[in-house]
Amino acid sequence: MKELAKIFVPLLLGVAVFGLWQFLVRRYQVPVYVLPAPGDIAQAFVDNFAALMAAAATTLKIVAIAFLLALASGVLLAVLFSLSRVVELALYPYAVILQVTPVVAIAPLIVIWVHYERIELALLILAWIVAFFPILANTTIGLRSADRNLIDLLRLYGAGRFGILWRVQLPGALPYLLGAMKVSGGLALIGTIVAEFAAGTGNDTGIGWTIIEAGRNLHIATMFAALALLAAMGIAIFFALSALEWLLLRRWHESALAAQG
Amino acid sequence: MGVLVTLSHLSKTFDSGLQALANVDLQIGDGEFVSLVGPSGCGKSTALRLIAGLTKPTAGTISFPAGKPEMGFVFQEPTLMPWATALSNARLPLDLKGVARGEANGRARAALEETGLRGFEAAYPRELSGGMKMRVSIARAFVGRPKLLLMDEPFAALDEMTRAELNDDFLKLWKAAGLTVVFVTHSVAEAAYLSTRVAVMSPRPGRIVADIALGRAPTPDPSRRFSPELAADARRISDALHGAMKAAA
Ligand SMILES: Nc1ncnc2c1ncn2[C@@H]1O[C@H](COP(=O)(O)OP(=O)(O)OP(=O)(O)O)[C@@H](O)[C@H]1O
Ligand SMILES: [Mg+2]
Repeated sequence: MKELAKIFVPLLLGVAVFGLWQFLVRRYQVPVYVLPAPGDIAQAFVDNFAALMAAAATTLKIVAIAFLLALASGVLLAVLFSLSRVVELALYPYAVILQVTPVVAIAPLIVIWVHYERIELALLILAWIVAFFPILANTTIGLRSADRNLIDLLRLYGAGRFGILWRVQLPGALPYLLGAMKVSGGLALIGTIVAEFAAGTGNDTGIGWTIIEAGRNLHIATMFAALALLAAMGIAIFFALSALEWLLLRRWHESALAAQG
Repeated sequence: MGVLVTLSHLSKTFDSGLQALANVDLQIGDGEFVSLVGPSGCGKSTALRLIAGLTKPTAGTISFPAGKPEMGFVFQEPTLMPWATALSNARLPLDLKGVARGEANGRARAALEETGLRGFEAAYPRELSGGMKMRVSIARAFVGRPKLLLMDEPFAALDEMTRAELNDDFLKLWKAAGLTVVFVTHSVAEAAYLSTRVAVMSPRPGRIVADIALGRAPTPDPSRRFSPELAADARRISDALHGAMKAAA
């Protein structure tokens, strides 16, 4: 019953809002270039289906690669940090600087560096920058929160630095990492779109560019369609990563226990 | 009876400048069950960690006349890997030694059975009660057939009934395995019930102030808990403990 309510209550609200929206736009004859009705948006979606899907695919590809790069580099660097205090002391401040500098502000520079022709590479780098830090920060904490006694026990049984890392620290860091992945997945998408806006060039064919172009041409309905698609992508990423988290933690972690009630 | 471990003039001062142990002398013989009792903070855990080689002494030596024995360690907390089943947890020492998976599984299963956990091999720690988790921890300590088992208040976090039950089960295991145990506890009654010998420590910096041989082989017999002999032993331990605390005050 509660589960059903969780799905139906928001759904009902959505239907009501869209209905009211459709009604008001028609009733007051709001011009389509100011606020299109949901029907217009659906129409724009159907009309531009192929182009929208292609744009979504382009963006999604960059998001996926940036995310995987962020995942690999973040975990790798966190492992290096846990193995060597010196590396951590030397590099962590730069990771923080990379994180606190707004991606919009770095974007023009990156675009110049990699050249306009390779705009996808620029987007990739920018999305990676945004997605990287949560992975690094959380995995670092996760690796460090391992049970000291358990580590001592492994040492007593003859485990080396890597044995401890592999058997205790990495599995223990998994819940932290999976939490960070949910954040980073969303950030990779945001980073890609922001980078597309900041790059602002026609070489790119992602969903961000679709929005810019539709805006310039006052195709507001198409713009809304692209926005809806973008939101759907964000939600899909979040749910996919939540599902992964649940799958990997459900047997042993408290967070999964809480969800089961 | 051979000597397994000798601590001589053992001192430990931490980097912070705090001296935990001062001049500890202790000999532990093969097959003994030695309890270490002493006020909180007197360095009992530090002494165990020194024997295990997890920290280095500042002065003095730890020697193993018959060679360094295989050791096991049991902490106050079960200290299990929450992401691993009871079986994988119990198997850990064998995995680290590179024992083949099939054999390791068989031995871990046997160790779990010995500790009364048959049927719980596939359970994760969060699915087990506190007492059962402690049993997994003990199975893990036994699985590598150690010669010397170091236990740091292993039953302190359990309720009294579970504790008594585990005391008896553990005594059976100890007898069967021909093991040597160094057992840290806060409970004078527990020390009297389990040990062949009790070493009483002074407040920090810890020294051994009394070495009480109980002169009998402890048996897992609950009726013994309320026997006059045990009460007399507990009394001796308690007196030594209070004597040490008064001397320090
Ligand atoms: N790594 C460390 N660095 C600095 N001081 C430490 C360290 N480990 C322990 N100590 C200190 O050494 C003293 C002895 O500690 P230890 O844990 O051995 O006592 P204990 O007898 O086991 O106490 P308890 O009965 O409360 O467990 C304590 O004062 C403790 O604060
Ligand atoms: Mg202690």
